[in-house]
Amino acid sequence: MRSEAQAEKGTSLWQDALHRLMKNRLAVVGACVLATMVALALATPWIVPYAYDAQDLELGASGPSRAHWFGTDRLGRDLLTRVLYGGRISLMVGFAATAVSLLVGVVYGATAGYLGGRTDAVMMRFVDILYALPFTIFVIILMVLFGRNIVLLFVAIGAVQWLTMARIVRGQVMSLKHTDFIDAARVMGFSTSRIILRHLIPNVLGPVIVYTTLTIPNVMLIEAFLSFLGLGVQAPMSSWGVLIKEGADAMEEYPWLLVFPSLALSATLFALNFLGDGLRDALDVRAAKD
Amino acid sequence: MTRFLVRRVLGIVPVLLVIVTLVFFMIRLAPGGPFDSERRVSPEIIKNLEAYYNLDAPLHRQYLAYLAQLARGDLGPSFKSAGWSVNELIGLGFPVSLELGFYALLVALSIGLAAGITAARRPNTLQDYAPMSFAMLGICIPNFVLGPLLVLVFSLWLGWLPVAGWEGIEYKILPAITLGASYAAYIARLSRGGMLEILTQDFVRTARAKGLSETRVVFVHALRGGLQPVVSFLGPAAAGLLSGSFVIETVFQVPGLGRLFVQAAFNRDYTMILGTVLFFATLILLFNLLVDVAQAWLDPRLRNQGV
Amino acid sequence: MPLLDVENLRTYFHTRNGIVRAVDGVSFSVEKGETLGIVGESGSGKSVCVYSLLGLIPSPPGRIESGAAHFDGSDLLRCTPEELRAVRGKRISMIFQDPMTALNPYMTIGDQVTEPLRVHEGCPKMEARTRAIEMLQSVGIVDGAERLRDYPHQFSGGMRQRVMIAMALIGGPELLIADEPTTALDVTVQAQILDLINNLQQSLGMAVILITHDLGVIASTCDRVLVMYAGRFLESATVHDLFQTPRHPYTEALMASRPSAHAKGETLYTIPGLPPDLSTEIAGCPFAERCRHAVDGCRECELTLEDVAPGHQSACLRVQAGEL
Repeated sequence: MRSEAQAEKGTSLWQDALHRLMKNRLAVVGACVLATMVALALATPWIVPYAYDAQDLELGASGPSRAHWFGTDRLGRDLLTRVLYGGRISLMVGFAATAVSLLVGVVYGATAGYLGGRTDAVMMRFVDILYALPFTIFVIILMVLFGRNIVLLFVAIGAVQWLTMARIVRGQVMSLKHTDFIDAARVMGFSTSRIILRHLIPNVLGPVIVYTTLTIPNVMLIEAFLSFLGLGVQAPMSSWGVLIKEGADAMEEYPWLLVFPSLALSATLFALNFLGDGLRDALDVRAAKD
Repeated sequence: MTRFLVRRVLGIVPVLLVIVTLVFFMIRLAPGGPFDSERRVSPEIIKNLEAYYNLDAPLHRQYLAYLAQLARGDLGPSFKSAGWSVNELIGLGFPVSLELGFYALLVALSIGLAAGITAARRPNTLQDYAPMSFAMLGICIPNFVLGPLLVLVFSLWLGWLPVAGWEGIEYKILPAITLGASYAAYIARLSRGGMLEILTQDFVRTARAKGLSETRVVFVHALRGGLQPVVSFLGPAAAGLLSGSFVIETVFQVPGLGRLFVQAAFNRDYTMILGTVLFFATLILLFNLLVDVAQAWLDPRLRNQGV
Repeated sequence: MPLLDVENLRTYFHTRNGIVRAVDGVSFSVEKGETLGIVGESGSGKSVCVYSLLGLIPSPPGRIESGAAHFDGSDLLRCTPEELRAVRGKRISMIFQDPMTALNPYMTIGDQVTEPLRVHEGCPKMEARTRAIEMLQSVGIVDGAERLRDYPHQFSGGMRQRVMIAMALIGGPELLIADEPTTALDVTVQAQILDLINNLQQSLGMAVILITHDLGVIASTCDRVLVMYAGRFLESATVHDLFQTPRHPYTEALMASRPSAHAKGETLYTIPGLPPDLSTEIAGCPFAERCRHAVDGCRECELTLEDVAPGHQSACLRVQAGEL
């Protein structure tokens, strides 16, 4: 009865999903937090109260105050400014590396799934082998051996994150290839490109969107983790991971240096995870995570 | 079953070979060598060192020599820790990581399962939201944040536990919790999802119709099926836990394998890097195999298919 | 005194789209040893009705709003969960529609069949095993001793339903509730299973409530029939009376729409319209909208089953008034 009513209203799958998403309060909060973070990151150069490298050696490390909301570090640098600039890097790495993994994963998975047969078996066997590689180790080796530059960081992280995406896309393509409605489209004489554009992509899109949303926090975690080990973003740039590392080193005397960057990172991760979970429920995607 | 096991164990070998080859050439192709930073050493000595470690031979020779060595189970001498073989170093670090990983796994399983099953029994009530919010916290607070924060509170402010080190049991509490926390969170989410799905199945209704107690319905009838997602997660998770987390071992100064590896990577200790990668990969593959066996044991429908 | 006496049972589901009145004020009783059929379309509330008795309604969203179900001096709807558990699977057993999913795929047949004995009687393992083998034998699984260690997926659909029956009957229940026991099975197996239930009922002397949407199943197995529609009973009669002289327009329409009521090649009769939306309150007779005999009074009346012949009750206003 409900579906009939919806059909009457003419709501499409996507409108329906959006409606369900808007009803999920946590997901909406997540989207808002994320949007704020992105807006702040984009606007950082114009809104920061201090220059990025402005030192105030006389002041030194000071706790949160009216002049310095998040306090200052040992060199008297404003922590709020540094957290904002760090967020730019962290978010950029998150989005860029996810884009790399998205591109590689979708192309690889769709190819394997569409070609099927022996090619598919070989391609997926390769993915299985890469799964057995200890990811973090792999990234560490890459970063150590090939110098610590930020482009390599995208590639390294993207390179280990595309595997699951490839599996998901392949699975979707495989299952869709043989479903009745694709057959029906073929019987009706639609061209291959039309089938791919109008039927395959919309159906694969749901899981891809969900998994992408859930990959971004993972990627940001890896970046922060690498930076924490000193392998990620290098000075004079900084990211939340770098700031957390500095904060952890100084936490005995200046705990705020650890607390604020940690809060910024965790809040963003929360937002992305809630949004991802919400999207998964709204788009009714199963097995997109873990 | 035996045939299945033999086939799977043999299947591990080519995978390891691919990994060794990949990492071997990646290391050699990278700019810079292991002895670059040692400035005081004269070129002759470096030559001698390179000759000693067979680094002056053509690349394919080095590769074949390394494989021959591997076939004997020898991971070679460490480039940086003079007088130590890689086998010895791993033997030194792994038991520590194993112990830490074991405690962390205990933490993860006990907290994760309890939270997940509790939540699944009354979905969309406080009994569900409370543990699941906690789980989300565990996922969103990375261990390199959680670790320092726990030290800050329990060691520095409260003074209950030591800051770092690896001696008595009191040294192991914070690292185990820090390492286990995010795994506990994932296990909680997975077991909740699995149990929720199973609890709506017809056979659970049958079990209730038989007049079984709720406890028996949940633990005897539903648990096996509900834990399937957790079991498949445990493969990679256990490998990750037991190999020790680099960050945890760094934060808490635990002399485990993870820290040895990070040091080796920074030092460009070729053989040590290769050796640890190989060791970790073997661990992961073995755990995945173990998971498949466990799954067949849990789900009789998988048994006959020979997996 | 009847074995089970249900009065004015109402089970509502409180969903986001409103209150669904799945079962809305039904009363019936089951005598010792008899077979009572409940027939109705899918969604008419047959299953919800019997699940309510045993507390198997998922709650939330389901809630029993009113009613009583007297079984041997206690009210099943008001007793404690422990008391209800002591009845379930011991004195009242159930078998379900789909034996593929109703058996636990992770447990052996032996464990599942012996479980009621071990839980309700604390029966020792070896004795439970012996009784399980005997029980399997009586449902037609002769090599029970070997098959106890097998898992459900190693059985065919019909065999699984036999296992279900063995599991339901091993505790010697006074009442067996069979919820569409043959719907998921092949036609040839259906008859075997119905025969088996009938034979076991006679040898064990238990009562059976058989729920089905298939009038043919009713005709071949039941003593008395209740016709259910939109959460209410419209007619109650012996099988003989119901098929000879149906006294409710809905029953008539149901009979007329059976394929066997038609000559080959003839267009099948279908009842016009759709069953009513249960999430809005229905005034009067729920079938009125689709009934060709309906008059204005049908949409206002209080729906009650009244005697229209000895042992034959109908809820139709016009039948009660002698107009039809």
